[in-house]
Amino acid sequence: MRVGLFVTCLVDLMRPSIGFAAIKLLEQAGCDVVVPNAQTCCGQPAYNSGDQPAARRLAMKMLREFADVDYVVAPSGSCAGMLRKHYPTLFANDAEWLPLATKLAARTYELTDFLVSVAKLEAPPGNFAGHITYHDSCAGLRELGVKTQPRTLLGKLPGVTLIEMAAAEECCGFGGTFSIKFGDISARLAEKKCEHIAASGADAVVLGDLGCMLNIEGKLRRMGDEKTRVLHIAEVLAGDI
Amino acid sequence: MRVESMHFKARATKAVADGALQAKLTAARGLFVEGRRRAVEQVDFEALREAGAAIRQRTLDHLDLWLERFEREATRRGAEVLWAKDGDEICRLVVELAKRHGVTKAIKSKSMLSEEAGLNAALEAAGVQPVETDLGEYILQINDNEPPSHIIAPVIHKTKEEVAALFERVHQTPRKTEIAEMTREARERLRPHFLSAEMGISGGNFLVAETGSVALVTNEGNGRMVTTLPKLHVVITGIEKVIPTLEDLATLMRLLPRSATGQTISNYFSVLTGTRGGGESDGAVHRVFILVDNGRVGLIGSEFQDMLRCIRCGACMNHCPVYQTVGGHSYGWVYPGPMGSVLTPLFVGLENALDLPQAATLCNQCGVVCPVKIPLPDLLRKLRQKQTERGLRPWRERAALRMWAWLAVHPRWYALTAALIARSLKLLAGRRGRIRHLPLMNGWSAGRDLPASQGRTFRELYATRDGGTGSSP
Repeated sequence: MRVGLFVTCLVDLMRPSIGFAAIKLLEQAGCDVVVPNAQTCCGQPAYNSGDQPAARRLAMKMLREFADVDYVVAPSGSCAGMLRKHYPTLFANDAEWLPLATKLAARTYELTDFLVSVAKLEAPPGNFAGHITYHDSCAGLRELGVKTQPRTLLGKLPGVTLIEMAAAEECCGFGGTFSIKFGDISARLAEKKCEHIAASGADAVVLGDLGCMLNIEGKLRRMGDEKTRVLHIAEVLAGDI
Repeated sequence: MRVESMHFKARATKAVADGALQAKLTAARGLFVEGRRRAVEQVDFEALREAGAAIRQRTLDHLDLWLERFEREATRRGAEVLWAKDGDEICRLVVELAKRHGVTKAIKSKSMLSEEAGLNAALEAAGVQPVETDLGEYILQINDNEPPSHIIAPVIHKTKEEVAALFERVHQTPRKTEIAEMTREARERLRPHFLSAEMGISGGNFLVAETGSVALVTNEGNGRMVTTLPKLHVVITGIEKVIPTLEDLATLMRLLPRSATGQTISNYFSVLTGTRGGGESDGAVHRVFILVDNGRVGLIGSEFQDMLRCIRCGACMNHCPVYQTVGGHSYGWVYPGPMGSVLTPLFVGLENALDLPQAATLCNQCGVVCPVKIPLPDLLRKLRQKQTERGLRPWRERAALRMWAWLAVHPRWYALTAALIARSLKLLAGRRGRIRHLPLMNGWSAGRDLPASQGRTFRELYATRDGGTGSSP
């Protein structure tokens, strides 16, 4: 099957290694991975800022770029959620684009969801050894139902012991532009998250969204925690760490 | 109540830095969230939410008809139904009723509409003494009319020590240490008021159209006294509170206490119908319903209509990470938390509450706990859209968004910019691998570092990997 990788703007900008880890995992699962090279962003910042016309322009660009793949996979619950839940809303009154948006939505997956539910990846190559706690990102969890998938995959790594932290499903406080507009509230939410992570005693907090990742890692380090690792699930599963 | 929502940001900043408040909010959160979790496990809560949302939606679809039915049935049973367009009209009607019945003192059970209207001040101005009898509201009233910080737990921001100090000062009694003692003291203070007031004022959790009844959900018993002891009982409630039948009430009552306090049923649940009948020794002789618009009519048929399903349980704020961090007072009006961030701008004007729809991570925790399935994050997003359409966002934000949106549809320029930023961020981060001060983005870096970028974009590295062509559909 032909899988279009939606790299996402934050992975492109901040952590390309996550994109390559995703490719490795998808290929391992037998997918033919294509990476449309003009892709930029799904439009979520515009959508959540109330600029629907800009969000629609970007959505149209995405719809064209990913028109001919069997699946669209993103190493992010938030971006996959945008495509799956919000594109159809964006084009609700647009007879021309709505069918395309609906079609794309039905073919879009968050990475771990795709690896478990569609590609049936049996043996991820990762060799991470240690105690991991998993942070559920809001959109992945509450828009796409990503909860057991990453844990199932982590469970396949022999060296990994999974510990659940308290309030794993609670927002880390990132919220896109919220993290800058309301920096102090956002940082306080991150602090609460970091306290739960520390209390879990895990060596690493693993997650599936780059926004949460930058937020949590940034806060842990500011709080003086130099040792807890903050890792994207794709990197842990692919063994590129 | 005066609208102070424009001060959200300043108040929130203060609240975040207030360690004592943070501790109180954390303690209260555990209580409500855990309680609700246990209570909803006992039933098929998803099916109930579905049913509850459907009842509320069905009523709203023909709200005029159900309100007329309610008016007919209530009037037939001896009650009087009045209609108020806004807060001023509520005050005018209540003051008129007080004059007509020679009222000098009014005892009150919880009514959010009376907060919307600022009724207490209007009563005082007319020479009528309002006495709040809900323990939380009583505490706020004797503390110089402090505003509530939660719709069902108005003094959630206070510790028992703070209340003890307040009682000592206002009641002029020795300091108490136990909550039970303080409650007893408040009860002793309130009892003479219960017995001497000529008017009782309450809100209403639901209005039942088929019987013309009002349903009241309370935990302290004061509601029952307010509605039965004085000869005159005035119910003030929003027009959206009507539901068709008693059977609908039964369904919604399975949702409300569970969502609000984690109770399967509240300590008191009253359904009041008509007036004192011949041969009956207690109950109101006159019951007057004041059904209020105050911005609600404008929501009917609008993209915000879903908000009118709200049954005021408070679950959205109990589960909201932002509310739990900034507290109710930051929101600056009657309703805090996610439901308040939707209602406040709709009721008091978009321009008077610019921060509220923005002050959310859109994490949707509120949406998944709402007992009547109001898509709160979607409504917040729609309000953001309205702000943008009306040019209410700051120019800097608009400029940044516009620049980004242009780049994002021009991949070559986008790639170039991203490559530049990736390099700069790596450079700024230096050997430590993170940035402590972000130029132009202090909102981020005041409270946390920014981890370094890896220096080159995915796009650049991928082009190298497969020979510089990429793969393009």
